[in-house]
Amino acid sequence: MLAFTLRRAFQAIGVMFAVGIIAFSMFRFAGDPVSQIVSIDTPPAERAAVRKSLGLDDPVVVQFARYFGNAVQFKFGMSYQFRQPVANLLMERMPATLELATVATIISMVFGILMGVYTALKRDTWLAKLFQMVSLIGISLPTFLIGILLIYLFAVTLGWLPSFGRGEVVKIGWWSTGLLTVSGLKAIIMPAITLGLFQMTLIMRLVRAEMLEVLRTDYIRFARARGLTTRAIHFGHALKNTLVPVITVAGLQFGTVIAFSIITETVFQWPGMGLMFVQAIQNVDIPIMAAYLLTVSLIFVTINLVVDILYTVVDPRLRSTVSRPH
Amino acid sequence: MTVPVLSVRNLKVEFATRRATLKAIDGASFDIAKGEVLGVVGESGAGKSVTGLAVIGLIDPPGRIAGGEIYLSGTRIDNLPPEEMRRVRGKRIGMIFQDPLTSLNPLYRIGEQIVETIKTHTNLSDSAARKRAIDLLAEVGIPAPEKRIDAYPHEFSGGMRQRVVIALAICAEPELIIADEPTTALDVSVQAQIISLIKRLGRDHGTAVMLVTHDMGVIAETSDRVAVMYSGRIAEIGPVQDVVQNPLHPYAKGLMGAIPTLAGEDKRLVQIPGSMPRLSAIPPGCSFHPRCSFVFDRCKVERPEPIRHGTQAVACHLYDASAKESAA
Repeated sequence: MLAFTLRRAFQAIGVMFAVGIIAFSMFRFAGDPVSQIVSIDTPPAERAAVRKSLGLDDPVVVQFARYFGNAVQFKFGMSYQFRQPVANLLMERMPATLELATVATIISMVFGILMGVYTALKRDTWLAKLFQMVSLIGISLPTFLIGILLIYLFAVTLGWLPSFGRGEVVKIGWWSTGLLTVSGLKAIIMPAITLGLFQMTLIMRLVRAEMLEVLRTDYIRFARARGLTTRAIHFGHALKNTLVPVITVAGLQFGTVIAFSIITETVFQWPGMGLMFVQAIQNVDIPIMAAYLLTVSLIFVTINLVVDILYTVVDPRLRSTVSRPH
Repeated sequence: MTVPVLSVRNLKVEFATRRATLKAIDGASFDIAKGEVLGVVGESGAGKSVTGLAVIGLIDPPGRIAGGEIYLSGTRIDNLPPEEMRRVRGKRIGMIFQDPLTSLNPLYRIGEQIVETIKTHTNLSDSAARKRAIDLLAEVGIPAPEKRIDAYPHEFSGGMRQRVVIALAICAEPELIIADEPTTALDVSVQAQIISLIKRLGRDHGTAVMLVTHDMGVIAETSDRVAVMYSGRIAEIGPVQDVVQNPLHPYAKGLMGAIPTLAGEDKRLVQIPGSMPRLSAIPPGCSFHPRCSFVFDRCKVERPEPIRHGTQAVACHLYDASAKESAA
């Protein structure tokens, strides 16, 4: 178990190293950073001085080592447009994105699993068919369109919910949360639904397919032959077996949710990392882009690691690799 | 005469498909007395397993019981509402399936699964149910049951898992156990242990056992009586010695002829020509007639009903005395 975790942790470090190379190479492919900083009429001597002060005349390997070494300590350099450390900017924006992604994931998990179980158990009811149809819409409609439709309906026409922003936030240490104020909660509803809808339909369809599969297995038939109640069979035996693959997908999807939040944050002007990233692209603010890439990768890799460990919690067969009496 | 534990009368099971309705069981009747082991043999697709599933009420759509009656200790059970039938399953009828590797839920400890079953059918407390679970595991021959009760199914070998499955099937002291090919997936050496376990449990508790298998050796060792099934009907039924040594139905004769004997010389084993008809193409009259070497005109048009012949009952026109006279 420990060896397994360590092995996975080493793999994760390897992945982060590779991502670091990609993030670093962005600096070199997206034009000369010096010309981004200085003005057009700066003389060449001054440009050389800037280049030297930034360490850009060192060999590439040295530059990469320096960049990676700093990145490990969460130092990502200065943003070109804000003239502030990127790490501070990210820290400021991260709570908004993580809160949005978490709420979206919770919504998608809860409703996805409920609807998935329902459509699997009551296949022929009209409600199950309606869910199936809605899930098609969720899969096929692009996120921004759903966001705009929601804004039109609930913000413009009905005026129930704010169309943009995060509402009032409360500071807890460095973390700013919008989940403790009424306006913050109202503001998160539409972005979270927009962001979570795709995952919800995905989870619903996955749970439905897995559940139907599990219900056909021998141990479910044997559970029925033992006279267990339908509820115990469906929710005790079938659902738990269904959840193993669902955990993986939901875990991986959490990373995707963060990545996808770029679009949702843009539509709702949500002050998170995604919005900052879009603005950074528009302004060729490479330190922010590179730092965003690294941060999202780190979140992805961490989630993967957690999912791998969670597996062994749910499925005892993966726990012991040594002791097996035969 | 005492009421048999299980009494099946003219059972019919159909599967509705898009093309046609297939008759998997077409009029099967048999009884099992208290403490008796009835072996049910036949080729794959003869309807052995479906008969077992019909008795315990687990025929899933598109299949359905289309006719006949099933009585458990005198009460009719084939028309019970689902919730009442659920209470019968596990409590009054226990079932053992073919593959012990897939019969247990891999995510729960075996103790959890046994306790869950006990608590479903009795009012025992958690600790009492757990104690009973340990006793059951000891009874089916699991060493160190108080330790092994907290193990997961994957930590057992196939034979041990089948013992756990048997413990689960008998945990509410059922009147009837249906064992559907309980040894097919096991090693030959383990098969004998499981067979003697089922036999011992049946004897100790006075449980009736319906043993479905295609293994004549298993039947000969365990059963008191045997029913030979052929394309959804019982061709012959009787005490196991009589049927094995003196089979009446031409199909049963063929089956028994196909058993190799230890004393046997290098004789070729008897082989029945052809194969069992598909459910979609069951011939009229006796469904065995295209393969039968004693076939005569009546077999092709009239379906034979079971006729008593000594201790046995056989569904074959050859043993119909009145018909023989008219033919003569």
